[in-house]
Amino acid sequence: MEFKEKLLSSYLAFEEGLDLSDSVHKTRAKALKIFEEKGFPTKKDEAWKYTSLASLISQDYSLFPKSEATIELKDVRKYFLYDTDTYKVIFIDGVYSPFLSNTTHDGLDVCLMSAALIKPKYRKLINAYFNKMAPQDDSLTALNTSYAKEGAFIYIPKSTVAEKPIEIIHFSSGNENALWLQPRNLIVVDQNAQVQIIERHQSLKEHPVVTNSVSEIYLHKDSFLDYYKLQNDLPSASLIDSTYIHQEKNSHASVHTFSLGGKLIRNNLNYFHKGEHALSTLKGVTILEGKQHVDHSTLVHHAQPNCESHQDYKSIFSNRSEGVFNGKILVDKIAQKTNAFQQNNNILIDDNATVNTKPQLEIFADDVKCSHGCTIGQLNEEVLFYMRSRGIPEKEAKALMTYAFANNVLDSVQLPSLKKRINQQIANKLGVNLGFEL
Amino acid sequence: MLTIENLHAQVEGKDILKGIDLDVKAGEVHAIMGPNGSGKSTLSSAIAGNEDYQVTKGKMLLKGTDLAELNAEERAHLGVFISFQYPVEIPGVTVTNFIKTAINAHRKANGLKDMPASELLKKIRDTAKLLEIDSKFLSRSLNEGFSGGEKKRNEIFQMAMLEPSLAILDETDSGLDIDALKIVANGVNKLKSKDNAVVVITHYQRLLEYIVPDFVHVLFDGRIVKSGTKELAHELEAKGYDWIKELA
Repeated sequence: MEFKEKLLSSYLAFEEGLDLSDSVHKTRAKALKIFEEKGFPTKKDEAWKYTSLASLISQDYSLFPKSEATIELKDVRKYFLYDTDTYKVIFIDGVYSPFLSNTTHDGLDVCLMSAALIKPKYRKLINAYFNKMAPQDDSLTALNTSYAKEGAFIYIPKSTVAEKPIEIIHFSSGNENALWLQPRNLIVVDQNAQVQIIERHQSLKEHPVVTNSVSEIYLHKDSFLDYYKLQNDLPSASLIDSTYIHQEKNSHASVHTFSLGGKLIRNNLNYFHKGEHALSTLKGVTILEGKQHVDHSTLVHHAQPNCESHQDYKSIFSNRSEGVFNGKILVDKIAQKTNAFQQNNNILIDDNATVNTKPQLEIFADDVKCSHGCTIGQLNEEVLFYMRSRGIPEKEAKALMTYAFANNVLDSVQLPSLKKRINQQIANKLGVNLGFEL
Repeated sequence: MLTIENLHAQVEGKDILKGIDLDVKAGEVHAIMGPNGSGKSTLSSAIAGNEDYQVTKGKMLLKGTDLAELNAEERAHLGVFISFQYPVEIPGVTVTNFIKTAINAHRKANGLKDMPASELLKKIRDTAKLLEIDSKFLSRSLNEGFSGGEKKRNEIFQMAMLEPSLAILDETDSGLDIDALKIVANGVNKLKSKDNAVVVITHYQRLLEYIVPDFVHVLFDGRIVKSGTKELAHELEAKGYDWIKELA
């Protein structure tokens, strides 16, 4: 049986125990129809020209883990940014782990999507936001919506600053042969509120796991979101991440994506400006080896005047790894005085590594500043010679240069311990010994 | 220390050095002067092992070892240091990290373990103090946004840290104001010993007021056309280079 058929035929099992007359479920059922019609995207779809899901969906996966896996804190502690002092929403094989999590309802809500979808006190928020921004014609998002039941639900009320960062972590235990996960997150940051979020997906054992994740994020007037996606999974794990960000007046949304490991990663990162003076920041560091594949597909829709967007993606490819960058900037006719900048720099270490980079600017306003630049290159020979003349052997010099190239993106990371950790991970990946700093 | 015999070198197929002979002994300071385009920087690049410069004839020996057999990093390990005329910027690598990597690469090549962090830190602090370098400067990216003078001072800082047997200062005085020039010269003089040698390449006599050479050579059209003592530098300052052209 094809995996698509399995997804459709398993739906009865998913529906068991759900309130089928509920409006949320009607949304799900409608989404399933869309997925049924459209199926998985193929390379014939323009947006998937360079990324094929064929090898992933030719396998079979379990959709519902058979037994609840338990994992020990000591085995996963290293994946947490901080032991304490963060809110944590943690899942194992798609199932919430109360033992590892640290949720709250005290002044803000950091809790479970499964609870938010059914509890009356959240009904208003769910009705206002759930699946309201995600495009109705995207088949993978529709697939996620059809099975949407679990994930993180975050609500930051008006003028509230979340004092601690929030970590959303999905572990896969490896107890299942192969696992297909579909987390759904909803994040609402109300007027003048602020939040920092770290999201990661982590396999604990080598086994095929595919995560088709969807996050909807709503930023109200004057709010601030600082979001970090850590993608440093085992080479057997794949991730399709679709994130949709709705920005109102004066809001600032910053997303850093660190793609350092995994089999296939597709990041669909979409920003929609709904008010003036919105600021969007998109930054990424990608370091790949082996046969890994990472596709960054960004969209910034400037639909209001006086907004700004900054994109800076730096990638390094070794061996036979492949990268894709497809950055779309759409400026509506009304969006005068838009500032939109996009930069994508790539270094190919080996001859067999490839990158396809495609800026896509569609500008309908006449008074805007938009720029894009992409480079694909090897390392600067002059710098390399300088280093060698100081006694640094060629191999080490190249590693240090590559590290420096990627490390520049870290300047804007606002969590010091996260910055330090990623800095170290990048150094380790590139074989650079950092030692100490003055 | 350094023996150069009948050195010929090309850049992009063009002959630049046309038979250089030079003998620099340990403990000596040599100055190489000459007008623009005479081959001064080609000489330092050839010694450094820059592959854009092809040695077509002649020999360079450092402590008896033929440099032609060695690549740039191996020459550095043997004790060659070039202070570049135009040091490169390396965003993302701090001065400290860079020097640590360089020092440990030298130690590894000489069969030593990494320098302990405490020892390295002390050495960095002492050297920074000698060259009147602010410690904030050490945690900045190498040469990124540095002024011309700061870049040159950073070159001398690295030289002091690496303690080369042969230091070649290529136009180190350009971009330095008089105070910075004195600090740099003072640093070079403190590091000078009977076991190492310094070659100062310069267009002007200015730096030689502070780093006093034992010998001065005049380079013109790829050859050393005149050698003498420090008085020759004064003569060049007073008379310019035109009379040298007639010697060639």
